[in-house]
Amino acid sequence: MLNHQTFLDRAFHALADPTRRAIVDQLSRGQASVSELARPLRITLAAVVQHIQVLEEGGVIRTEKSGRVRTCRVDPQALAIVEQWLSKRRRAWEGHFDRLGDVLEEQKATGKAKKET
Amino acid sequence: MQPITHDSFVIERTYQAPPAQVFAAWADPAIKARWFIGPEGWAAIRRELDFRIGGEEVLHGRIKATETLYEARYYEIVAAERIVFVYDMHLSGKHHSVSLASVEFASMAGGTKLLFTEAVAFLDGTPSAEARKNGTGTHLDRIAQLLERSTTSRACVNA
Repeated sequence: MLNHQTFLDRAFHALADPTRRAIVDQLSRGQASVSELARPLRITLAAVVQHIQVLEEGGVIRTEKSGRVRTCRVDPQALAIVEQWLSKRRRAWEGHFDRLGDVLEEQKATGKAKKET
Repeated sequence: MQPITHDSFVIERTYQAPPAQVFAAWADPAIKARWFIGPEGWAAIRRELDFRIGGEEVLHGRIKATETLYEARYYEIVAAERIVFVYDMHLSGKHHSVSLASVEFASMAGGTKLLFTEAVAFLDGTPSAEARKNGTGTHLDRIAQLLERSTTSRACVNA
């Protein structure tokens, strides 16, 4: 369901395809028009347009139309946000679980394992 | 109003201890206090754990200039099997996130597999609001844009 898709879902979906990552790679070297982006890719212009739509929908790139030319650029802030949101919370819990492992090891070492509730 | 960003993730760990012992590390306040702490430099101000269905947990602390407040409520507890809780994070008085988390303990050869799954909604999306200033802040905006683009994609092809 479209309205259940979130910013992150879309961003990850956008980056889950090798052609789209190639487009992002190319854009990370500077802005480009749709036809410039299509040139090194061995796919139809229509397919490139679709990939660009997915990337823009995912907040990974931004596009701007001037006359007949649509210029695309990467949105580095959006990429950073995806990474930041995702990794921060996860890292916090991974830290907890590392320490939980240490506690369990210690309990084993001191032999007073089972603490029932 | 800032947009909400949603996220979900899964962490899987194996421990060389039986499920009852790993579960006890969540259920016993004294044991939990040993591993459920903030990062380096973080200090606790207040800690409470009422480990029962409907019971609440509070972990209030501070790291540098940031005050951290974790408040949880337990919805499902099955000893040595699973725990489901919902928690809020407030950072320096600002409502940062709301999460639904579940912990599953599975017995396996030589120990326990712990599966932690969290779905989180980040509420104070300051940077994301920044990044999406150009009218793309809400899902409705995005859908509208998508629809608009699908009608203009022809022009894009010709570009």
